[in-house]
Amino acid sequence: MAVDPTAPSPGVPVALEPEAPLGVGEIQGEGGVGPYKLALRRLRRNKTALAFGAMFLVIVIMCLCAPLYAEHIAHTTPSANHITDKITVRGEERDVVSPEGVPTGPTWTGKFFFGADTNGRDVAVRLLYGGRNSLEIGFVATAITVILATIVALISGYYRGFVDGALSRFMDLIWAFPVVILGVALGTALALGGLDFGLFTVNGNSLLVPALIIGVVYVPYMSKPLRGQVLGLREKEFVEASRAQGAGNLRIMFREILPNVASSIIVFIPLMIANAILLEAALSYLGAGVQPPNPSWGTMIGDGIRLIPSAMHLTLIPGGMLVLAVLGINVFGDGVRDALDPRAEVRIEH
Amino acid sequence: MARFIVRRLIAMVAVLFAISVLTFLIFQAIPNGDPTVRLGGRNSTPQTREAIAKDWGFDKPIWQQYGITMGKIFDGTVVSYQQQINVEDEIKRDLPATLSLAIGAGIIWLGFGILFGVISAVKAGKFTDTSLTVLSLIGVSTPVFLLGALVLWLFAYKLTILPAGGYVPLTEDPWGWFTHLIGPWFVLSVLFIGFYSRVLRGNILDTINEDYVRTARAKGLSERRILIHHVLRNSLIPVVSLWGLDFAAVIGGGAILTESVFNLQGVGQYAADSIQQLDVPPVLVITMFTAFFVVLLSAVVDVIYAFLDPRIRLSG
Repeated sequence: MAVDPTAPSPGVPVALEPEAPLGVGEIQGEGGVGPYKLALRRLRRNKTALAFGAMFLVIVIMCLCAPLYAEHIAHTTPSANHITDKITVRGEERDVVSPEGVPTGPTWTGKFFFGADTNGRDVAVRLLYGGRNSLEIGFVATAITVILATIVALISGYYRGFVDGALSRFMDLIWAFPVVILGVALGTALALGGLDFGLFTVNGNSLLVPALIIGVVYVPYMSKPLRGQVLGLREKEFVEASRAQGAGNLRIMFREILPNVASSIIVFIPLMIANAILLEAALSYLGAGVQPPNPSWGTMIGDGIRLIPSAMHLTLIPGGMLVLAVLGINVFGDGVRDALDPRAEVRIEH
Repeated sequence: MARFIVRRLIAMVAVLFAISVLTFLIFQAIPNGDPTVRLGGRNSTPQTREAIAKDWGFDKPIWQQYGITMGKIFDGTVVSYQQQINVEDEIKRDLPATLSLAIGAGIIWLGFGILFGVISAVKAGKFTDTSLTVLSLIGVSTPVFLLGALVLWLFAYKLTILPAGGYVPLTEDPWGWFTHLIGPWFVLSVLFIGFYSRVLRGNILDTINEDYVRTARAKGLSERRILIHHVLRNSLIPVVSLWGLDFAAVIGGGAILTESVFNLQGVGQYAADSIQQLDVPPVLVITMFTAFFVVLLSAVVDVIYAFLDPRIRLSG
């Protein structure tokens, strides 16, 4: 039996799944087990999800250590050119970039571990720095989506009527645009002009531009299902009880309703991160995301594709890293969903 | 029912209007997006630019400019800023490639999506199910353009059994048409197969526990008959409506990435090129064109749902 995520209070004892191999005494500690604790237990049993989550975490940590790797192992920076340099690999001397313009492939040693690109830059160093950018955009975009979508869903589900109508139509509007076309249009527009919020401005080549675009584009995909839940919850007795006790609209929205949709929000987060990273790659590939010379996995793949088949490692290495990261967070997110809310229907478009 | 359809149609027109305004505004808001530079060239003098602005009406207030552009779109006389080619002619020229891609891929992803979804639901929890789940997760985790690059590298450069991108019209060379499209079809389908098979698997597993399925079993029907006539019929409805929307998006240029990697010269690639040149008219026409298909098909889906389920009519 599935745990009802809309259960009014997290303290209510919840029936366990029949296959849960937990001792009875363990469950009936003090006042039973809350749905989150139960979900955590279920997640801990899902070894596949944990392994893939760990893989994602390792990639994140590796990318965070990019400056250390660049300084102490590769002895270069992500944008330093070594076009005319020569390197010695296992006693054999080779050009970083051959006179014909073909960059060297992986050397599997400290310098140019994953080879060089056409500008003679170290691919491994750029891979880590690019990963930092891609992941940063993924996380920031997800934060933007989650915050905006939650606010929109709470307001339109709670106030209903005209406010709901206007907000929902606006969400439908964003929804009706194909994600990639809208993203590319906004990305190109903002990359040239930057953003001016009055109080502060954002440069066109800032990472905030793609993060903001991706964050906004995905809002309707999250706010729509959440709004439905809020609509249902506001009719429940505990909301009425709270109002009878004199709680205001804001208090009811954030203290009564929000905790009850929290599990759905948590389910969204990992899947949203995966999709944000993928959309960043797509936008950068089309030239509307991270702007050069800033690396990101998407820009690296985009540059690499132009050099198929002479330098396939330029596509395969950032591509492989991206797939591993996205796969890791996707499988982990799947496990989180199964643990928290097995019946949730989460679908995010690409 | 008639009232529901009329209301849905009015909403559709309103959404299309809002989308055209929004697209127009996005490009108007760009500081460097001055269309007189596109038309006159980078080295044009301020005087030529002024003359161009007067000719094209860029000196008029923005709502008038919007009106002029929309009027041209409906006349079919709108031209691009960059090359001054008639936009609607260009889209008509690109449409066969996009339609070929959409129809072929649409059939493949629906077919394989259903096949894999049914197999993993029937074998739920077994090895086949797990491996299909892993495959579909890899499918949804791989960017389309990366997959396209791998296919090009392997089949076009290493094995040299497929051409390295481009499009050949069906009427000119049917076999060439097929070899140019087989790669893009599968690349575009992988993501959707991953999604659809997982959605369908969930739906089937939900439906299998319904009372009427137990009744069918109690009547002594064979498992195959129950699956096809009782379970699949109901679980397929949401998948087919998803298919309608995705298919519409692909026709409208949503397959930008696949089209660019394989250089198919379709509507999506036209959109990508125009966006990069800040060429407003083609982008405006293509987004409206796409939105039109998406909104139209979602309206059709809503009407079909309302027809099937009277509760939606009352609440909608």
